[in-house]
Formats: sequence, C-alpha cells, structure tokens
Amino acid sequence: MEKKAHVISILVHNKPDVLARIAGTLGGKGYNIDSLCVNTTTQNDISKIVMTTAGSQATVTRIENQLQRLVDVISVDDLTNVESIYREMVLVRLNLTTQNSETVKKAIDMNKWKVIVSGDKYVIVEITGDKTQIDFSLARLEPLGITDITRTGLIALKLED
Amino acid sequence: MKLKGTQILLEVLKEENADIIFGYPGGTVLDIYDQLYKSDLKHILVRHEQGAVHAADGYARATGKVGVCLVTSGPGATNTVTGIATANMDSIPLVVFTGQVPTSLIGNDAFQECDITGITRPCTKHNFLVRNIEELASTIKEAFHIARSGRPGPVLVDLPKDVMATQTDYDPANIKFRNYEVAHKPAPKKMANVFDMLQAAKKPLIMTGGGVILGKASEELTHLSRKYQIPVTGTLMGLGSFPGSDGLWLGMLGMHGTYYANMAISHCDFLLAVGVRFDDRVTGTIETFAANAKIVHIDIDPSSINKNVTVDLPIIGDTKATLKDLLRFLEEHHYAQDAVSRKTWLDEIDEWREKVPLTYCQNDEIIKPQYVIETLHKLTKGDALITTEVGQNQMWTAQFFQFDRPNSFISSGGLGTMGFGLPAAIGVKCAFPDKHVVDIAGDGSIQMNIQELATAAQYNIAVKIVLLNNGYLGMVRQWQELFYEKRYSHTDMTYAPDFVKLAEAFGIIGLRATKPSEVETVLKQGLSVHKPVLMDFRVSREECVYPMVRPGESISQMTLGSREIIN
Ligand SMILES: Cc1ncc(C[n+]2csc(CCOP(=O)(O)OP(=O)(O)O)c2C)c(N)n1
Ligand SMILES: [Mg+2]
Repeated sequence: MEKKAHVISILVHNKPDVLARIAGTLGGKGYNIDSLCVNTTTQNDISKIVMTTAGSQATVTRIENQLQRLVDVISVDDLTNVESIYREMVLVRLNLTTQNSETVKKAIDMNKWKVIVSGDKYVIVEITGDKTQIDFSLARLEPLGITDITRTGLIALKLED
Repeated sequence: MKLKGTQILLEVLKEENADIIFGYPGGTVLDIYDQLYKSDLKHILVRHEQGAVHAADGYARATGKVGVCLVTSGPGATNTVTGIATANMDSIPLVVFTGQVPTSLIGNDAFQECDITGITRPCTKHNFLVRNIEELASTIKEAFHIARSGRPGPVLVDLPKDVMATQTDYDPANIKFRNYEVAHKPAPKKMANVFDMLQAAKKPLIMTGGGVILGKASEELTHLSRKYQIPVTGTLMGLGSFPGSDGLWLGMLGMHGTYYANMAISHCDFLLAVGVRFDDRVTGTIETFAANAKIVHIDIDPSSINKNVTVDLPIIGDTKATLKDLLRFLEEHHYAQDAVSRKTWLDEIDEWREKVPLTYCQNDEIIKPQYVIETLHKLTKGDALITTEVGQNQMWTAQFFQFDRPNSFISSGGLGTMGFGLPAAIGVKCAFPDKHVVDIAGDGSIQMNIQELATAAQYNIAVKIVLLNNGYLGMVRQWQELFYEKRYSHTDMTYAPDFVKLAEAFGIIGLRATKPSEVETVLKQGLSVHKPVLMDFRVSREECVYPMVRPGESISQMTLGSREIIN
C-alpha cells in the first residue's frame, strides 16, 4: 500500500500526561511521529495536537483508532483527506563575516525574509509558510551558511467543519 | 461534611458497591489500612500483590462487576503490573489503588517511590495520580466509570500519602466527573445489509468472543443461533457465551480448536463475528481465514475492526444492543432460513464432527489429563466455575469441559499468564461461596502463585485445585517435541515439591491420584469438603494437545497426533 504523509489533528483534555499517553501509544505500537505541535485552544482545559506521520491509509486509520481509545482524547481528525491550510515556522541564524555579509543582506532583500534580530556578527530570520515555501527558502538559505536552525512542527487548520 | 482522604476513599467505594478489596499493606497505605480497620468493608489479605490483582480479576470475570485492589507504593505497585496487564488484554474492569509517597517527595527518588502511572500507562485503560484532595472523590468515581464503560479495562489510581491525610468537604450528591458512555446508535442500513448477506448465505456461521460475555449478550446470541439454526464456534474468551451442550455448538476454533470448528470457518460463506478481535492464535494464516465468507464484525471498540482480518461489514457497537437490533430486524422483515440448504450445511458439519471428534485414549495404567477434566465435568454436572492456569491444562479445559453459562470459564486469554488460576479462583469463590470453584492447574503454573494457598487457608476460601501434574512445562515441551526434535531444553519440572505435603503445610487438604481408577474417588472427596483442597493428579507425562494448527499454517490444516489431516 502507498505510504504518504498524514497530518492528524487531535483534540485532547489538557491533562498533565496526555502527551506522554499519545506518544507512548504510538511509540509502543511501532508507529513513528514525524512532527508534533501542541497548545491550548480557546478553552484552557482543551489542547490541540497537530501531528504528522507517514503510512498507508490502513496504518493511519489504525493510529486514529488507537488514539480514539485514549480516555483523554476528544477527537481525531485526519486532515489529509479534507481541505486544510498548513503552516510551519523556521528560525535561522546566519553568521555574518566580512566576506558574506553583502551576499546575505542581498538575499534577505530579494527573498523578503523577515529579519527578527540583526547584529554585527549574525542575523536571525523567520520564515513562515507551507512545506513548499519552507523548502524553497531553506534551499536558498543553506548556501549562505546556516549556523543554527529551529523548526516548529507543522500546524494545520481545516477550511470548513 | 468534612472527611479525610482515607475516609472519602471508603465512602466512594461503598457508593460504587464495592463489597470486597484484595490487598496488601505497606508504608504509604498505612493510613488507609487504619481506616479499613474501623470499617466493615471486607478485605482479603493476599500473599503477593500479583495475587491481589488476579483475585480481583477473577471476581470481576465471575460477577461482571468491577474488581478492587489496594497495595502500597514502590514494590507493592510494581508487583501488580502482571496482573494489570492480564486484565487489560482481556478487557476486565478493575480499579487498582496504589499508595504513593507524599506529593512533596514525588520525583526525589524517595523511599519506595516509583512512577507507577508511567509504568502502567501502556497496560491500563487509563490511570490517575491524585494530586490534591479536591480531586479525590471525583477521580475515584471516574475510575470506576472508565473501568466498566465501553470496552472495559483496568484503571489505576495512585494515592499520595499526604493527599489521603488531608481533609475536605465531602458531598456525595455533588461529585462531578466526565461521562464516557457512548449512547448506542442503531444502524438500520447495516442491519439490512446483514439481512441480505444472511439471505444469500448457504453456510452461515457465528463466531462468539469475550465481548459477548463482557457485553452480557449471551442470551441474544443464543437466541439468534437457535432461532435461525446458525451453528456457533467461539474463541477461548468466548467459552460459555453459547451453551457447550447445544448441538449447534462446534467448540473452540483456532490453534487448538476442534477440527469441525476450523473446517466450518474455512468453508462458511457468511461469518458473523461478535465481540472478537481475531487474535493470531485464532486465525492461523490470515489469508486463508474464512476465505470464502462475507464477514460481519460486531465490536464495541473501533480499534478492533480491520486490525487483523479485513471484514466486509463492520458494526461498531455494544454487542447486546446490536444483537437485539439484529434480532428485531430479522423478525420484522421475516427472515427465514432455507431449510434445505441449512440442513445440508449442518450435515456437512456433522460429517466433520464424526470424522475427527475431540478424543483421547484412556487406558488402565496412566491417567489422561482429559479424563480428569471430563470426570470433573460429570461429577459437577458442569455446574462449577472453572479457572485455569496457562499451558496444556488451559487448552484441555477449553476442549473437554463443556461450558454452558457465561462467566463460568475464567482464564487468562490475551496475555496467557501462568499463575493466574489460583488467585483468580480465590476471587471467584469470594463472590460465589456456594458454588464449586475449581482451578484446573499445571505443575509449572501453580508454583507461580502457590503462596496464595495461605490466603485460601486463612479465610477458608474453599477453592479446589485440580493439578494436572505432568512434571513438565507441558505446552512448551509439546512445541519442543514437535518443532525442536524433542530437545527438552529446561522444561522438565520433575524437581518439584510434594504437592500433597505442601498443601498440608499450608493448612489445606492434599489428595493424590496416580491411577485412572482413583480419579473419580479423589475428585469426589475433594469436591465434597468445605475446605480448600489440592488434588495432585499424576498424569501422562508426554500427552499432547490435539488437534493443533502449526504456527504459520491455515486453520484448515490440522495436526492430529499421528494422523495428519490436510484439506
Ligand atoms: C508467566 C509466564 N511465563 C512463561 C510462560 C510461557 N509458558 C506458556 S505455557 C508454559 C508451560 C506451563 O506449564 P504447566 O503449568 O505445567 O502447564 P502444562 O502445559 O504442563 O499443562 C509456559 C512456560 C507463560 N505463559 N507465562
Ligand atoms: Mg505441567
């Protein structure tokens, strides 16, 4: 069966160990979590987890069912099959040297990257977008010499209920 | 009303109709035990915490109620893990209370601290660490609710010592907790589908499992089968959900199932599987399992659907309510089986039944284990609650004791835990003091929780142990005989205690039979006294459980000892 990336949105009761339960359930059954984002919703006691995992449709259905069994899980939604928007954020630090600072500044202007902090020795840029946009920017950032990078996991939102 | 945590615990237990606790004290639960001392709640002091959980489990399986245990923190808590995992695999409702070090010490590696909620996360339905007294009453209520709702399971509640010593207002009328009960949703379209499939079927078959017992749906299932003359086979966990003495019963299917049940599975064209999860011990190779059949699968747990076997029509729902819906639908739409084709199908099954019946050879010299079980059935007229250990003893019991009622066969199916039978029997006997409660045991397994004989002796819990003593870890030896050219690596158990003397040392009665002619006498004697009895039956050492499906083979290919039947 064809393996592909699935984005799963999970609503949970915001209990101390709910994340451990979810990670444990999937890890213990041999499923991989590729990325994970967690935060509260408009209700403090309910959190949303957006998780990406790769697998066949059957595997992902099994993952959904296993998650549904958890007492603290309210709902599980595979966003891959419905229209949704996706965003990810990347923070990148580039070190500036006398040799590269001109090239870096030019690239920043050209690509309209958002600079968050800029100093004499480094600059930190923020990139937000969907996977294609992030990949596109990273391909251009890499030759400039990335010294550190942090990516959030993918977040997603359904267009309609 | 202001109450201490320990008092609240006992109050809520009373409200939840918990009438017995199986437990073992220690430092972090001293306050709770002090409260118990002043209370009239019944407590059975086991000799090992694993025994406490199995006893509560046996109690739960026999009564359908939630079993309750209480143990201390650290080693007391870790000793419960095998018991909890056993209950979890078989979906048995339990609430296990563990003591915990005071909240201020949690995380400090304090004396007898252990992260028991972390350890049991993968083997409980849910668990809780109660962090403050305000949550205590609602958490305990919620624990009971979770344990028994939906697909049942064990719930652990970790109780820090300081929380239990704190006071708070307790108002039983005002305890709020989340409700997980899912209302039953009838699915008329699916019922119509089943109707059509059944109408088209010439060879329909029902497969019943533990979910029918847990869902208290035996009556509906039996009615469905008898009314429309649909034969029934069952999994190990399903034994008793359909009367074993009924002509429509084909016995257990799977690795040690009957030839005729496995042939029926292989040849049926419609399979109604109720409350099963298609374990690999049941299906054999997946590709050939019920290969000619349209499969309808009724289960309360969506994660059981299409997990192992891909089915044509899944129906997610409570087994009892769904079978009721189905019965009503069939009746309202005047389903009537085609008498001719149904007779042909039942005749075909009877031919298989005659060709390879469940059988064994009893001579005058050596006791056959199957004979002991058949004699036990005869003497009790089947009116007994039977627990088993794990191994050949368990399979022979499943094959040769006819279970006519649900909740009467009590065995660790999913985890296959040796040492389950004796403490489970103690729990069962506590619930049904006037019934025969018998642990059909193996000599290996019985030694795993033998200390519980002291529990039985102390409270005079008159369980009967029928020990099928073959001097081997028999089931493992059988695999070594069949698949490892008789290299009996570490399965010889001849170095064992004298079980009769051991029984006497524990203060219970010990009896022994070494010849077939003694079997009935010993059983009669053992069953007639109101004391715990251990009966040591010296049985044929290298008897194998047949028929057998070799691992990795289709269930239609059964090994029958010397005769091979391949279809
Ligand atoms: C706790 C545990 N350890 C190991 C096993 C593996 N095992 C399954 S059956 C068996 C042999 C059981 O021997 P005995 O109790 O004498 O029963 P018999 O098969 O001889 O009837 C063993 C070791 C198990 N099921 N449970
Ligand atoms: Mg043995």
